[in-house]
Amino acid sequence: MRFSAFSLLRNAFTGHEEWPPFWRFPEPKPSYDVIVIGGGGHGLATAYYLAKEHGIRNVAVLERGWLGGGNTGRNTTIVRSNYLWDESAAIYEHALQLFETLSEELNLNVMLSQRGVLNLAHTPGDVREAVRRVHANRLNGIDAEWLDAKQVKDFCPIVNISPDVRYPVLGATLQRRAGVARHDAVAWGYARAADALGVDIIQGCEVTGFDIAGGRVRGVQTSKGTIGAGRVGIVAAGHNSVLAAMAGVRLPLQSHPLQALVSEPVKPVHNCVVMSNAVHVYVSQSDKGELVMGAGIDGYNSYAQRGSFHVIEHQMAACLELFPIFSRLRMMRSWGGIVDVCPDASPIIGALPVQDLYINGGWGTGGFKATPGSGHVFAWTLAKGEAHPLAKPFALERFTTGALIDEHGAAAVAH
Amino acid sequence: MLLIRCPWCGPRDETEFRCGGEAHVARPPDPQALDDAAWAEYVFIRSNPKGWFRERWVHAAGCRRWFNAERHTVTHEIRRTYSKE
Ligand SMILES: Cc1cc2nc3c(=O)[nH]c(=O)nc-3n(C[C@H](O)[C@H](O)[C@H](O)COP(=O)(O)OP(=O)(O)OC[C@H]3O[C@@H](n4cnc5c(N)ncnc54)[C@H](O)[C@@H]3O)c2cc1C
Ligand SMILES: [Zn+2]
Repeated sequence: MRFSAFSLLRNAFTGHEEWPPFWRFPEPKPSYDVIVIGGGGHGLATAYYLAKEHGIRNVAVLERGWLGGGNTGRNTTIVRSNYLWDESAAIYEHALQLFETLSEELNLNVMLSQRGVLNLAHTPGDVREAVRRVHANRLNGIDAEWLDAKQVKDFCPIVNISPDVRYPVLGATLQRRAGVARHDAVAWGYARAADALGVDIIQGCEVTGFDIAGGRVRGVQTSKGTIGAGRVGIVAAGHNSVLAAMAGVRLPLQSHPLQALVSEPVKPVHNCVVMSNAVHVYVSQSDKGELVMGAGIDGYNSYAQRGSFHVIEHQMAACLELFPIFSRLRMMRSWGGIVDVCPDASPIIGALPVQDLYINGGWGTGGFKATPGSGHVFAWTLAKGEAHPLAKPFALERFTTGALIDEHGAAAVAH
Repeated sequence: MLLIRCPWCGPRDETEFRCGGEAHVARPPDPQALDDAAWAEYVFIRSNPKGWFRERWVHAAGCRRWFNAERHTVTHEIRRTYSKE
């Protein structure tokens, strides 16, 4: 079933009660060519591109809970590609370009809104770093501008640029093509399109171990029994270390809670996305009118999907200094997700020391924006058994060779 | 917020502390003897268990001393804090 103006009209006459389900609820087959562990955006995108671009349709996505119930459905939906280093710029820009045509590609509106993202600078050090990043972005063909404080105010009238606050706004980088997208729609769109190509999306199916023989992975043990596999990709975000440990592999990842919250809905007041690394807050306004705000990570390791109140308090203090206009807004809900943070704030994509076992993780606090690109290069990697050129620099080996890709500045969430 | 028992100052709010990550990661006794893989393990790789975890904390806004805690990464229960193994 394809969505169109015509199908919308036709279903209006039947009270919208005859729309078919987006995907099937299959039981697992005895084996698959490729098993993807984790039904978040990245895992679902991987499965979709495996089927669509590589003709590998005997694929299962195994999801412990429900699809999109992890970080995919918990993030603040900011998409941008203004990362510092060439390797990151290439993969995040690849993802942003795929985002720009994703609604057509998936025949589902992912509500990409390229409303512009400001990354604020508050100290002379911030300014130098930000201007450097603007130049680096431009050399990589990524749109980037440097705005002084006055221009920041013109672009985002509600931001406070007065000089007498603790961390005054000295300027900002602006990426106009950046913005937000509907996180659930990205997961649902990929799931629906992958399912239509024959991919089995198996929810409520937790992977509990691997069948490894002769140094090669042969399948996975799950809460729904053992399932054979030619190749296996681990795409489990906060749980990547737990899964890798089941295969005897140690990863340079630490899992932390990351929180977000939304306010009561108000009329349109905030026209762009503002991020501040230094005082630590990021804010946009959803189409429902809620202000969507992200906080920092808790300092300790956790798998609890909740964070501490003092982290939110800190983030709200920063928010109110930047946006005094929000002082009487009530906050409605807060929640947490578990993010897998890498020492260089860059992902790990590629082969693990067990043959036919691959990983796509370590996206930490900022992987939503990468979803299409991540799935696209990981599908290529799984299909061919060798790293996609854009994925190659992100191999696990970089921690041995020392070729780290330090994106702490551009990641924009302090860790 | 966690309530953490500093071995010297007693129970205090988490905001007085900083977490220092996995405990008992020994500095290599003979650094010259390490190959790249062993360095990677020492510098970058840390356990990340879902369950009990031994980690370092510093009482930054208190006595400023380091100690260890055994904390559960799902329930956040701290079953003991100790200064020496
Ligand atoms: C509060 C918050 C705000 C964020 N804001 C942004 C943002 O503004 N912009 C941005 O780009 N990124 C943001 N991120 C980061 C982004 O959400 C993640 O990097 C990204 O969603 C990871 O993608 P995923 O699809 O792989 O993860 P997930 O959606 O978490 O998918 C992983 C899945 O694996 C499943 N799984 C785990 N263990 C097993 C098992 N044993 N067996 C089977 N399945 C298993 C989980 O249930 C989960 O559904 C944010 C994250 C959080 C928590
Ligand atoms: Zn103390």
